[in-house]
Amino acid sequence: MHAPSPPPKKRLLRLKLNGRWREDAVADGDLLVDYLRDVARLTGVKTGCDGGECGACTVLVDGEAVPSCITLAVRCEGRSVETIEGMATQGRLDRLQRAFHEKLGTQCGFCTPGMIMAAEALLRRNPAPSDADIRAALAGNLCRCTGYVKIIESVKTAAGVAP
Amino acid sequence: MSVDLAPDGKLARRGVPLIDGVEKVTGRARYTVDLDHAGALVGRILRSPISHGDIVRLDISKARALEGVFAVITGDDCPYTYGVLPVAMNEYPMARGRVRYRGEPIAAVAAIDAETAERALALIELEINKLPAYYTSEEARAPGAVLLHDNKPGNLEREVHHEFGDWREAFASSDLVREEKFSCAEVNHAQIEPHACLCEYDPLTERLLVQSVSQVTYYLHLMLSRCLAMDESRIRIIKPFVGGGFGARVEVLNFEIITALLARAAAGKVLMQLTREETFLTHRARPQTDMTLRIGMRRDGKITACALESVQRGGAYAGYGIVTILYAGALLQGIYDIPAVKFDGYRVYANLPPCGAMRGHGGVDTRHAFECLLDRMARELGLDPFAVRRANLLQAPMRTLNGLTVNSYALGECLDRVERASGWKNRIGKLPPGKGLGMACSHYVSGAAKPIHWTGEPHAVVNVRLDFDGGITALTGAADIGQGSSTMVAIAVSETLGISLDRVRVVAADSAVTPKDNGAYSSRITFMVGNAAIDAAQKLKAILTEAAARKLEARPEDIEAIGESFRVGGGEQSSLPFHEVAKAALVDRGAITVSGTFTTPPEAQGGKHKGGAVGSTMGFSYGAQVVEISLDEATGQVTVDRVWTALDCGHAINPLAVEGQIEGSVWMGMGQAMCEETSYLDGLPAHASLLEYRMPTIVESPPIEVFIVESHDPHGPFGAKEASEGALAGFAPALVNAIANAIGIDLDELPVTPDRVMQALIDRRRRARLAASLRAAS
Repeated sequence: MHAPSPPPKKRLLRLKLNGRWREDAVADGDLLVDYLRDVARLTGVKTGCDGGECGACTVLVDGEAVPSCITLAVRCEGRSVETIEGMATQGRLDRLQRAFHEKLGTQCGFCTPGMIMAAEALLRRNPAPSDADIRAALAGNLCRCTGYVKIIESVKTAAGVAP
Repeated sequence: MSVDLAPDGKLARRGVPLIDGVEKVTGRARYTVDLDHAGALVGRILRSPISHGDIVRLDISKARALEGVFAVITGDDCPYTYGVLPVAMNEYPMARGRVRYRGEPIAAVAAIDAETAERALALIELEINKLPAYYTSEEARAPGAVLLHDNKPGNLEREVHHEFGDWREAFASSDLVREEKFSCAEVNHAQIEPHACLCEYDPLTERLLVQSVSQVTYYLHLMLSRCLAMDESRIRIIKPFVGGGFGARVEVLNFEIITALLARAAAGKVLMQLTREETFLTHRARPQTDMTLRIGMRRDGKITACALESVQRGGAYAGYGIVTILYAGALLQGIYDIPAVKFDGYRVYANLPPCGAMRGHGGVDTRHAFECLLDRMARELGLDPFAVRRANLLQAPMRTLNGLTVNSYALGECLDRVERASGWKNRIGKLPPGKGLGMACSHYVSGAAKPIHWTGEPHAVVNVRLDFDGGITALTGAADIGQGSSTMVAIAVSETLGISLDRVRVVAADSAVTPKDNGAYSSRITFMVGNAAIDAAQKLKAILTEAAARKLEARPEDIEAIGESFRVGGGEQSSLPFHEVAKAALVDRGAITVSGTFTTPPEAQGGKHKGGAVGSTMGFSYGAQVVEISLDEATGQVTVDRVWTALDCGHAINPLAVEGQIEGSVWMGMGQAMCEETSYLDGLPAHASLLEYRMPTIVESPPIEVFIVESHDPHGPFGAKEASEGALAGFAPALVNAIANAIGIDLDELPVTPDRVMQALIDRRRRARLAASLRAAS
């Protein structure tokens, strides 16, 4: 099988993905979400909408939460990108993963990777967030299962400011 | 993960995390689009650009000729209808001759990549002769309207007229009779995972493998067999992780059948990934509903009668319509003692995407109208909202006028809990301006007592397996879509066997290995599958107990199974660890599989009148909630400050999951109440993104305090009933009642958007000015 039209010209993208440097050929128009899912096979990064609506695709770029579905892959040249797959290390869940699991901050789980990454960005800049801080940081991440009650509880538990 | 066992061997009562939670928080959980689709073709659907018309030309030759295109199919490729109700299958996976809504599938392609698939769609030549299109129930029902379906005069899918008790006499002898109109907007499930389907057809073995976002894989199995004219045994359906459902994925959906047709036509593997816009177009959610409700009451608040007329705009095809309109009437009952009930229901066709089942199926809008009018009448009679509900409580066990059985009922306790927690008695009427408190009650079935496809089989079957490794595997067809059903099965098995939850593995929803299940709808899984799981575990326990008795040289009836050990009378010397008992049980017979079942008895299957099975269940959940709001009169913006909700779920098998379900359903009710609304401009969805379809974000979502009330249902698994749907319907009326409490205005339309609130405030000012000028003039 071959493509009916020649694929667009690609260039080499060099980035640090979940702590490891790697190089891949990408086209200028490739979205970060497609690079992560289709090239790097990190399918924990989810697509829940048609672009920038739901936050399920949230990843960290140089520690900042960004929606990868409206970010070009080439914009990450030389930068550090972190996904949900990079959170659990040496067989241990990260504090947010543990809290979302134990406090039921996840139900169907589809928004969870993006939700955890957005919360991770918050906790790195604000280790002891208030309810209002949490609400502001997760305002772009939609969840349809939980009513957000246990999501807020999970983030507070992870931060050690649990009720 | 490991779970603490309490001294009595039971799980800690705070509940346990989901058994598949680790996969979800690590990103390892594979949803349909995450499955290995290397080499799969890309599926795309051509959709109707107009709302109603006859297809006069459909030429796919150019699309077919395009390099990289492996299959192009149209309605000609599938002459079989499909649908969720055997009596109302009037839809083709792709339109044949007539299109009836904008976005209806007409053709589909499978190509080497997305770009080629899109180009192929653009090469399909389509001509449609337009017909008049109707976007409201009123237009569609008007005399002379073109019929969407020739066999449905008046564009009515179903008319329902039910009368129970002497309602005329009851109204005539009431102290107060009030009638009001209510309207609820159409809403959508908006589960965060967009629709997707992966199908693989092997032409050499003539087998089809389907992985899809289904809540009821059994229905999918049946419809694929029907629409592809394939023997059921040649189809295998596996449910991967599913990112929410809320009813969207109960009915088989057109794209699932189309993907399978494409895979067969292309003799290979096809991945269909719908956009969010297409996911909205696929719809099957709660219909727009116009209601006229009349209630009769005695001076002391006792309801004497009620009469509801409900008109549902159902969209272009039958779908679940008949069941939805029947639920709207049936669920007037089963919550309060009402001596006479009249219901007139109309399910109307319109040129819009078909509606279907959504959380609280059929009962939500009815409950909204009822609880609002109940509050208004209480106010007129000078009665407290709690008092008027208490004046109408049922006594379980009982049978309603329409033949529904109520076996357990703790609505009274739910009322007490939220009344106390919200400080209602001390606060109502004493809040500062712009603040309000409102309350309402609701209920829902724990599984429809009569399945749609009547086969004579049990309502649920669970197989439990034990082999040399000492692991227990529970096999169930029940679809876990995030509600935690697999975790519930694991708990039911481990508690019955007195073993650690860790020892139980649940394999769910793979037609090649799991027993058929009727699926995740009508909140049936805990009640039915839970009971079947307990039944299976008890059978295994009997085998293990006998084996332990043989080894311990005791009588089976003296053996106790607790905390992973089998013992006689509690002495350490006379006890055996689980793995030894398991090995003893396998001697001579080898690996063990036992089958547990649950069947709903005929007396629980509703009244004998036409449509009487709808609404029938083994157990209703009951909920009461109080909502506290602030309202800004300058902007019409309502803020929900707090919610207190109590739900009688019989018994919380997993309290953590029950809380999560109650919070989620209350919040979903809040979305419908405050901001969610699908809207169409000439049939074009104006809401088809998650920005335009406004769900509450985390910023607007209030704290929800949950009280679990346990009435210990006599037939429920460990006494349990449902916990996922019952609380939803109480939110909207509690909110509207709270607004009335805050500003003295009764709102009749959902959602209560700021513009609707502003309009009501402006109308009131206008009326006040007019009255003042009239007074001045006289």
